[in-house]
Amino acid sequence: MTDRNRPPAPDPLDFLALDATLAEEERDIRDTVRDYASRELLPHVAEWFEAGTIPDPRGLAKAFGDLGVFGMHLEGYGCAGASAVAYGLACRELEAVDSGLRSFVSVQGSLAMAAIHKFGSEEQKRAWLPRLAAGEAIGCFGLTEPDSGSDPGSMRTRARRDGPDWVLDGTKMWITNGSVADVAVVWAATDDGIRGFLVPTDTPGFQANTIHRKLSLRASITSELVLEGVRLPGGALLPGSSGLGSPLSCLNEARYGIVWGVVGAARACYAAALDYAATREQFGGPIAAFQLTQRKLAEMVLDVNQAGLTALRVGRLKDAGACHHNHVSLGKFGNVAAAQRVARAARSLHGANGITLEYPVMRHMVNLETVATYEGTEEIHALSIGQAVTGVSAFR
Amino acid sequence: MNIVVLVKQVPDTATERKLSSDDNTLDRAASDGVINELDEYAIEEALLLKEKHGGEVTILTMGPDQATDSIRKALSMGADKAVHLVDDALHGSDALQTAYALSKALGTLEFDLVVLGSESTDARTGIVGAALAEYLGLPQLTLAGKVDVDGQAIRIQRATDYGHDVVEAQLPAVVSVVEKINEPRYPSFKLIMQAKKKPVAKLSAADAGIDTALVGLGNAATETVDFAPAPPRAAGTVIKDEGDGGVKAADFLAEKKFV
Ligand SMILES: Cc1cc2nc3c(=O)[nH]c(=O)nc-3n(C[C@H](O)[C@H](O)[C@H](O)COP(=O)(O)OP(=O)(O)OC[C@H]3O[C@@H](n4cnc5c(N)ncnc54)[C@H](O)[C@@H]3O)c2cc1C
Ligand SMILES: Cc1cc2nc3c(=O)[nH]c(=O)nc-3n(C[C@H](O)[C@H](O)[C@H](O)COP(=O)(O)OP(=O)(O)OC[C@H]3O[C@@H](n4cnc5c(N)ncnc54)[C@H](O)[C@@H]3O)c2cc1C
Repeated sequence: MTDRNRPPAPDPLDFLALDATLAEEERDIRDTVRDYASRELLPHVAEWFEAGTIPDPRGLAKAFGDLGVFGMHLEGYGCAGASAVAYGLACRELEAVDSGLRSFVSVQGSLAMAAIHKFGSEEQKRAWLPRLAAGEAIGCFGLTEPDSGSDPGSMRTRARRDGPDWVLDGTKMWITNGSVADVAVVWAATDDGIRGFLVPTDTPGFQANTIHRKLSLRASITSELVLEGVRLPGGALLPGSSGLGSPLSCLNEARYGIVWGVVGAARACYAAALDYAATREQFGGPIAAFQLTQRKLAEMVLDVNQAGLTALRVGRLKDAGACHHNHVSLGKFGNVAAAQRVARAARSLHGANGITLEYPVMRHMVNLETVATYEGTEEIHALSIGQAVTGVSAFR
Repeated sequence: MNIVVLVKQVPDTATERKLSSDDNTLDRAASDGVINELDEYAIEEALLLKEKHGGEVTILTMGPDQATDSIRKALSMGADKAVHLVDDALHGSDALQTAYALSKALGTLEFDLVVLGSESTDARTGIVGAALAEYLGLPQLTLAGKVDVDGQAIRIQRATDYGHDVVEAQLPAVVSVVEKINEPRYPSFKLIMQAKKKPVAKLSAADAGIDTALVGLGNAATETVDFAPAPPRAAGTVIKDEGDGGVKAADFLAEKKFV
């Protein structure tokens, strides 16, 4: 007889039953993305990763647009207006397939669209947001430069006035979707500080070159943007943008998606390891039965759940309007590191199989190297948190 | 054109399915419920017809309380409203009784067309569409791989072993669909968020005018007497080619009545 009063045993794949606390609508969004990602993305992702590209970025953008995932947390202009937690869940389920696919959504929704939504004129919003939301147009976000990464305030890209026009010169580097974008949000130094510009990518003087030979985030397109005397009408300026705080506030949105996304990558690695350990036999039994393996699995499930809890807490704070950017920094700092630990352990448990694309673990493991670097490196977030708790800046 | 889509919640085929040992009926609490796969094609076809001809798409589900999850998903795909026929008296109804109960529930609605999947992944009787049409006294167009509506005329391609038949009728009618008819859409986030604001009417057996003496396990025309798990897969037959491999393979297929 089973004791009816005894609580059910934890689900190995949701140990702390975090998803039981989700609202109906949040669960429906989770299920839709999970279903879509496992049917339409997972079967192809290893191939895309090996090819080092997304073969049909327009088709993928359209599919994401139909789902409603682009800018889903924004209001109006064809955006779904979902909660921050729902957006986080979508990121989690996409990144459970691949960090590159979540990056596509982050860049479009949280960087390009959020910049226009926050800082754009009514005309700019109407011109771009509905098309970007529907996936009919692709956007990118150009902040980083070859000589300006963690310290974007040192950027060299300049925008100068010429009569009613603006003229932009400079180079942007590591720009996700740069060479497939219809519009680039480009950040440039002006006499009034750093400001954002909407650059249609067919503007003369604008050129995007795809970056090859990446060993991480291979199922994603990364580019260099070269701007040589790019002449734009006065209406290309994002009127609400002023100073470095503007692009940094967009990065904070995208980072929030990472806090959730890496929980998906970690869960996928852990699930693969659990499955592999149960079926792989050495020394006369499944490797899951060895103490050293169980220790690894115990640490993995702990990391996955602690990261999941952090993401959910930061999400609830965000929905309550109480999320400070340092909360997001803490989430990114802790969760990316947790996901990296899980991915490495899962890789090791897969033995030689773990170094191939037949299993997802090493793909996730190397993707997470990018995730630890972009949107603020691990060190930069440590410095932000250090400053938040001590009141002393140690950036310089 | 007003369309009613019949949507059944079934246990997820990806999870282990069980019969309840008390009464030999499906243990619906033991596994996650999902929309019967072919019903998703029925919903898609109704939405496509609505996009072309206008009107409303109503979901009709008979099933226990937890079937609301499937109703919500159907609304998230784009249906306008839903009717949930839910009553303990209906528990254990067989295919014929289900068709009867659904026909009564449909009697409370106005419609030009009823669309449903041609079978469910749990019971797989494949007769509800036909039985329902009989109860309603409406033309039945089953196994549709393509549907065209022109005014009051409806024409389908009925999938057959040799290709398809073209079958025509006048509306109102009952259409059951097969997989090749379309590619069901995913719910969109916007519709997911609107879904809970869409009307879902709960209907009891009495509301629908169902005679409870005719439905439920005790009154079923069929009875599940016993059940057994599927036997484990037997080892395959290996044919060694010693010049006569082709003949042996053909003999094997003939013996199994495949050729
Ligand atoms: C695949 C990919 C996609 C990307 N997509 C985009 C995009 O779409 N748009 C965009 O604008 N950018 C994008 N980036 C760029 C990304 O944001 C930068 O790589 C990141 O900001 C780090 O800058 P950096 O590479 O120049 O490294 P650097 O800033 O040169 O850092 C090098 C090392 O020095 C450390 N460091 C720097 N300053 C300090 C300090 N004060 N104290 C201690 N350590 C320090 C860093 O932590 C790091 O370990 C992308 C990057 C990658 C890899
Ligand atoms: C690129 C490459 C080249 C190679 N070249 C050669 C070669 O030239 N010749 C050759 O013979 N082999 C070669 N190998 C194979 C290599 O030696 C094996 O991969 C290695 O011995 C591990 O075996 P495995 O991959 O079967 O993993 P498994 O033995 O299945 O191990 C899987 C996981 O279980 C763990 N595990 C196993 N037993 C226990 C236990 N008792 N307690 C706790 N944990 C345990 C392992 O540490 C690992 O984490 C090569 C492998 C690679 C990747």
